[in-house]
Amino acid sequence: MSSLGKGRNGSKVAPYLYLLPCMLVFAIFVFWPFIKTVVYSFTITDTRGNPIEFVGLENYIRQFKSPQFRNSLKLTFKFAPMVGIPTFIIGYILAALASERMRGSRIYEVMYSMPMAVASAPASVIWFMLLSSGQNGVVNWILNSEIRWLLDAKTALIAVAIVTVWLNIGANFIFLLTGFRNVPTELIESSRIDGAGYFTRLFRIMTPIATPQIFFVVFLDIVTSFQAFAQIRLLTPNGGPSYSTNVLIYSIYQSAIRDSRYETAFTQSIVLFLIILVITLIQFKTEDKVVYYQ
Amino acid sequence: MRWNKAKVLTVLGFIGKLLVGVLVISPILLGVSFSFMSPSELASIPPHLVPHEPVTYTYQKVLQSIPLFRFLGNSMIVCTIVIVGQILTCSLAAYAFSFFHFKGQRILFLAVLATMMIPVDSIIIANYLTISKLKLSDTYIALVAPYLTSAMGIFFMRQSFLTIPKELHEAATVDGCGHFRFWFSIVMPISKPAIASLGVYIFIQTYNQFLWPLLVTNTNNMRTVQIGMSILREAEAVDYGTVLAGAVMVLIPSVFVFIVGQKYLVKGMTAGSVKG
Repeated sequence: MSSLGKGRNGSKVAPYLYLLPCMLVFAIFVFWPFIKTVVYSFTITDTRGNPIEFVGLENYIRQFKSPQFRNSLKLTFKFAPMVGIPTFIIGYILAALASERMRGSRIYEVMYSMPMAVASAPASVIWFMLLSSGQNGVVNWILNSEIRWLLDAKTALIAVAIVTVWLNIGANFIFLLTGFRNVPTELIESSRIDGAGYFTRLFRIMTPIATPQIFFVVFLDIVTSFQAFAQIRLLTPNGGPSYSTNVLIYSIYQSAIRDSRYETAFTQSIVLFLIILVITLIQFKTEDKVVYYQ
Repeated sequence: MRWNKAKVLTVLGFIGKLLVGVLVISPILLGVSFSFMSPSELASIPPHLVPHEPVTYTYQKVLQSIPLFRFLGNSMIVCTIVIVGQILTCSLAAYAFSFFHFKGQRILFLAVLATMMIPVDSIIIANYLTISKLKLSDTYIALVAPYLTSAMGIFFMRQSFLTIPKELHEAATVDGCGHFRFWFSIVMPISKPAIASLGVYIFIQTYNQFLWPLLVTNTNNMRTVQIGMSILREAEAVDYGTVLAGAVMVLIPSVFVFIVGQKYLVKGMTAGSVKG
């Protein structure tokens, strides 16, 4: 009897003990810093990040008046489609190419998804060489151009986008491939018998069935474009020529670490959070309307 | 004859798909190739795609320029702690959510969900301040602490645990097996494939991290390889072949783990993320 009672008591506390480690980490490194970021964004902080004075919305007003911050916002919104659209198109083509399982298909599946394993730092270092300004740069050589990719304010963001696209195609490929392979084989077979060609099959059958994955990668690409940091730092130091690559995340880093203006960094962090929140909400709202479920 | 034609087409298609694959990984291949070039060869017009006069000093020079093995060691230690830590905390939490019924279960589950709505980058400066206030900069604790659990890991493990039949748990309880022993000696061993998926995913994510280690480390003793990459680039800007040799060495572990674990990684990535 006593052991039974103990067991019952034990399992009353037990679930909370199992949850303790993860909740502790969440409390210290997610919820607390989030509350801190929100609250401190309404204050003036000293150079070590301690709040000195409550100023209400002043930081936000100052930011939205600042041409530098508006430039960062504009770049962030410009950068998302610059990365997202090519990444999706390339990922889609690769997944369409690999959609059929066959002997040896794993070899090119691994190749198509390989950029995913590459960190942005070494990738940036390699692309820095490929995007060299002179005729010794491979990209200029292929295009027969003399574009000063990383040095020209007009092209620096495009150059960073090219690297980011390359880094992201692997993940797009994997999700879209899963989507295409969800198509039941009988459906493919019967469409073949009906005489449907490859493109009819791709656009009329495989693409509609893969809509959950398509939807997912589009939002994934938007959100990952907001996180591009290492490539910007390594390819175009200090936010690029005339701040042409100074996207929000880079601006947050600069405000906090270079300028020790923590209240500015916190304010910009909250703007970044709100942008991602809105995009996530749009994703949730539209998903059930747009997505085709089997 | 028709059969032969079909076979030829299949082979041609296969070769075509492989060539596209070579194109996709061509930046990596060119990076490797360029890492064997001297500055003068890197400047040649038109660019040499393969070295005409290959040099290997670049690889020795990386090791003279930065303590690469120290950086690699740091990255491996950080990856190991994060992988073990995340698998433990996530599977314990997932166990609680799948095998217990308790007060506040819904709220705690919502709390886990809520963490997914807060992007890491929007709280990274606040976390950096926490670490520096606690005087933990330049420690392994700083590098790993925020990553010792993740909502994604909890959901992923929970999904795997929910496939375990309830009868198994009942039978174990009848035999006098407590929750902790059931978790440790039955649930975890059964979930090996899920654990492998999560492990490969966490490895690549952690190994490739840049912003967080940049913020919390200041000394070469504690830096990870990705930050080492950035230091090498500043130190050897003139001899770019050396920078590329460093990049190649930094790439090897993550590409290797990716090739070996690709099967698990794909399973893990596609299991929980999309309804379908």
